[in-house]
Amino acid sequence: MKDRNEEAPVLNKSVPVRHPGRWISAIIIGGALVLLLQSLVTNPNFRWDVVATYILDVKVVQGVGWTLLLTVTSMVLAIVLAILLAVMRQSDNPVLRYTSWLWVWFFRGTPVYTQLVFWGLVTVLYPAITLGIPFGPELFSYALSDPSKGLIPAILGLGLNESAYLAEIFRAGLKSVDRGQTEAAEALGMSKGKIMWRIILPQAMRIIVPPTGNETIGMLKTTSLVLAVPFTLDLTFATNALANRIYLPIPLLIVAAFWYLLVTSILMVGQHYLEAYYGKGVDNLAPAAVNPAAAKAAAAGTPGADAQRSLKTDFPEESAR
Amino acid sequence: MTAIAEKPLVEIQGLHKYYGHHHVLRGIDLTVNQGEVSVVIGPSGSGKSTMLRCVNLLETISAGRISVGGSLIGYREVNGRLHDLKAKEIAAQRREIGMVFQRFNLFPHKTALQNVMEAPVQVKGQPKDVAKKRALELLDRVGLADRSGHYPSQLSGGQQQRVAIARALAMDPELMLFDEPTSALDPELVGDVLNVMKDLAKSGMTMIVVTHEIGFAREVGDRLTFMDGGVVVESGDPREVLSNPQHARTKEFLSRVL
Repeated sequence: MKDRNEEAPVLNKSVPVRHPGRWISAIIIGGALVLLLQSLVTNPNFRWDVVATYILDVKVVQGVGWTLLLTVTSMVLAIVLAILLAVMRQSDNPVLRYTSWLWVWFFRGTPVYTQLVFWGLVTVLYPAITLGIPFGPELFSYALSDPSKGLIPAILGLGLNESAYLAEIFRAGLKSVDRGQTEAAEALGMSKGKIMWRIILPQAMRIIVPPTGNETIGMLKTTSLVLAVPFTLDLTFATNALANRIYLPIPLLIVAAFWYLLVTSILMVGQHYLEAYYGKGVDNLAPAAVNPAAAKAAAAGTPGADAQRSLKTDFPEESAR
Repeated sequence: MTAIAEKPLVEIQGLHKYYGHHHVLRGIDLTVNQGEVSVVIGPSGSGKSTMLRCVNLLETISAGRISVGGSLIGYREVNGRLHDLKAKEIAAQRREIGMVFQRFNLFPHKTALQNVMEAPVQVKGQPKDVAKKRALELLDRVGLADRSGHYPSQLSGGQQQRVAIARALAMDPELMLFDEPTSALDPELVGDVLNVMKDLAKSGMTMIVVTHEIGFAREVGDRLTFMDGGVVVESGDPREVLSNPQHARTKEFLSRVL
């Protein structure tokens, strides 16, 4: 280019379009924020001193721990089940297809609160899990009726319900991958399992991760429903209990909100990195610079006469780069 | 081009294909000898791609027989009755047949090198370092040694298609199928891909090439088959068919593409 145009071009200096709307909206929203901040500071009923007292209270911090444990374990359970359900839904085996459909229909069609109450009451139906020979001797027994074991029904209730929603997210993800990917892998002689795990699922994850992150954050808050089981150690229950003891609900709501927001923020950071990982090769990749001269030179040399030339010399520009 | 041992590698006999009531292939017979480059041309909708896809069972075979290297594709014949092969057996047959697609179908989440290494490692169980060495050789062979770390989205269409050829070659197939390999490419990138295919033909690879590149057929093809309406209209030496077509439909098609 340079040898054709010796002089540097005069760059255009245009007057940019003005955006008065931005200034007006900044003033309105900024003003509202100042008012809110002022009331937060001056209104004594917020009782920031109580917030400060309880923010690191043992019961509260333990509540955060239990809430996290519930969120993580029930999501892990849900993700494992959801992958299974989504793959079953695409299976050639009609029994598996219908089973998956029925599962999603049932767990999506009943309220999670109802399901949690049910799992809490399972102990009435089955006081203990026993393993043995039918009508014969008992080999193993695990008492479910012990109230301290509310954790397991809580995880089951949350996880199974969530699996139905995640199964649909995973199904959408699997369907989003181009059919040509399966064909290419099949043509290479890959087995169905390998095609799913190594080719389809990694690409589907790009679509699956954002809504699954959404569901995980939703689950963090849904764990507050476990009092239906009842399971009474999670963050919401712990802060409610403290609030009822000292007759000050608002500061403890703030304490709970603070912790939920903190954990949500941490989860969002994790989601960002997961998205970056599964987006490799597709997202945030600048296309490699195309050198038109190289392409032309290669094309010009080819279509007919010179099949005798070795391949490597046909792409000198590319090899040089 | 070169002396060809008259040993059939692919035999297609009486191949029919239905999509519902739509009769796409109406009795195709085609033989491809070892080391031969068989070029198939024809208008779109003539069934040439469908026929190619039947050879590695990406489409089921409605009627007829296809055999590659003496073994029946997709079926086992026991006492005159056909039994469907299991998924594992079909995968084993496909390993011997490389396929290159019109839309490349590279794995977008893997680099060029990883695309080429995937099947040798995962299907053949080759050690990674062996597969890597061979993959780099193949990428060098298609002129992309310096692009091994690029993702498909960072490569031009022509480069992607050459990676796809290297990926298919990594399984050391005895037969290569090309399904309109240059139809999705910008005109200036077609030559790179055709060059790789010419080189492959010279190395003695048996190839079935569905294409619109008449020049390639003339120069590299050992046999040219013209298909229309799900049947083989005319088949023979490419230079003869192109310069002296026997059927009116062939003449009409060639007059439009040449």
